[in-house]
Amino acid sequence: MHTAPPPIIRFDNLTLGYERHPAVHHLSGEIAAGALVAVIGPNGAGKSTLLKGVAGELRPIGGHIELAALPRGGLAYMPQRSEIDPSFPVSVFDVVAMGLWRELGAFGGLNRRQRQRVREALAAVGMEGFESRPIGSLSGGQLQRARFARLILQDAPLILLDEPFAAIDSRTVEDLIRLILGWHAEGRTILTVVHDFDQVRRHFPTCLLLAREPVAFGPTPQVLTDTLLARARRLSEAFDDHAPECHREERASADEPDGHPPARADVVPLHRHRHAHGHGDDHGHAGHRH
Amino acid sequence: MAMAMITATPDTGTEAGGAGLHFPTFKPVQTAVYDLLVSPFTDFAFMRRALAGCLALALGATPVGAFLMLRRMSLMGDAMSHAILPGAALGYLAFGLSLGAMTVGGIVAGLVVVLAAGVVTRASILKEDASLAAFYLLSLAAGVMIVSLRGRNLDLLHVLFGSVLALDDGSLLLIGGIATLTLFALALLFRPLALECFDPAFLRGVSRWSPVAHYGFLMLVVLNLVSGFHALGTLMAVGIMILPSAAARLWAHELPALLGLAVAFAAASGATGLLLSFHADVPAGPAIVLMCGLVYFASLLAAPGGLLAGRLPVRHHLES
Repeated sequence: MHTAPPPIIRFDNLTLGYERHPAVHHLSGEIAAGALVAVIGPNGAGKSTLLKGVAGELRPIGGHIELAALPRGGLAYMPQRSEIDPSFPVSVFDVVAMGLWRELGAFGGLNRRQRQRVREALAAVGMEGFESRPIGSLSGGQLQRARFARLILQDAPLILLDEPFAAIDSRTVEDLIRLILGWHAEGRTILTVVHDFDQVRRHFPTCLLLAREPVAFGPTPQVLTDTLLARARRLSEAFDDHAPECHREERASADEPDGHPPARADVVPLHRHRHAHGHGDDHGHAGHRH
Repeated sequence: MAMAMITATPDTGTEAGGAGLHFPTFKPVQTAVYDLLVSPFTDFAFMRRALAGCLALALGATPVGAFLMLRRMSLMGDAMSHAILPGAALGYLAFGLSLGAMTVGGIVAGLVVVLAAGVVTRASILKEDASLAAFYLLSLAAGVMIVSLRGRNLDLLHVLFGSVLALDDGSLLLIGGIATLTLFALALLFRPLALECFDPAFLRGVSRWSPVAHYGFLMLVVLNLVSGFHALGTLMAVGIMILPSAAARLWAHELPALLGLAVAFAAASGATGLLLSFHADVPAGPAIVLMCGLVYFASLLAAPGGLLAGRLPVRHHLES
């Protein structure tokens, strides 16, 4: 991963947040095409926010996100709390078949081959025989499996998973991880928010450790160290409602001490920029919105 | 009164048909049923027109109502029906009791409220219900004020309760046209609209249909409310949209079945409501909506998703 694959996502001094309070603060870095990245960090570290930003659901309040050219629908984003309405009268088969939207669009019908693929996707997540069940009759874990089956059919080169294993039993987790590893082997790029460090150590080659500030980004064994994790915990302090404006970004790009670009996948830990708060300068984040 | 008809007719029927028939008891029953259900429509043109209007409403407005319900906007349909009032009132103020002016006014007012509420919802932190409530309350207040500027009570009653028994050619064409347009639009929007109801985040991710489905659907709601308001009035128009859909939801597990069942319920309620109004001499609009209510309560009692299902003895469970 050092030279060959071009980046599929580039964060350029990215700040994401809510009502001017940053939730992801000055993140720079590149994610190579085909990477399998675990996004980790304490609660409130900005993991979900980062995924939301990449999915385009949240506008950066500073810096930007550059995505490689993807076909429409080429980014599959599975939010943590799905907006799926379980009381809607629809069968499991139809829900999973929605993953074929890129092929079918708003009007296309399913041919026999595509019906077969829907059934195969259900089988791949261990849900054969559930085709005609109403979606409301599924358990939480079964619904999560059905969402993964839909992801299979979406066939997206870039996949964002926000805590896909929350409240899922261990056997289901093993199945879903096998699926994710399969996607990784197919060369897809996957960003997953995970909380279980054991899973991360075993399966995820790359880690992005966030604590609102980016703490470290690189090969998992070098990121999951006690020092870095302790630092992540220290950094995730509460919002200060009266925090002064942050004026770091101008310096962040100018003051690279070693002259190398910030935070590539092999740089651990991330260089931490000194705070330059409250320096009476007039350029807030507002001046850098996109 | 309708019950009285049933018990009364056999006597007259025996006299009329008893002469040379082999089955003297058969004919009277047939006649009674015929008198009760069919002859009001064959004998009176205004009943045929009313029936045509109700069937068109069932075909167009009820599926829209089903989607309103699935989007959890049942009560917002009610809100929007009030929102069209000032437009209709302005049309009335300017041109008198003119179908075209009141229709155009109602559609414009409804669309303004819907678009304004939609923009506020998408651009501010206010949720859809709050922004819509704000606009429809303003709209309703303006409407009542405009009507009172130059209105007689009779006109107000027409606006509030409609006049399904006095549909003229223009109104009938309008209702039929809107129903046709609605069916075509729903056919086009069906999949995006279903997804927009079921999993809007997914639809936003895979396509650009989300705003098309959202605003297109709201326009259909306004159009059908205007068409329903000519027949049933602003207060009753939502009844034929929501009640049959809620009843059908209790039976159906799939969207196509739900839509078909809702249309059937609405059509049946429209026909029986008109008959009730004819025989019992009660206003037609409320009669139709009350018939929808009857279907709803019957479904609530009998349907697998209803009240009694949970209290029945448990059937033996399956193996898997």
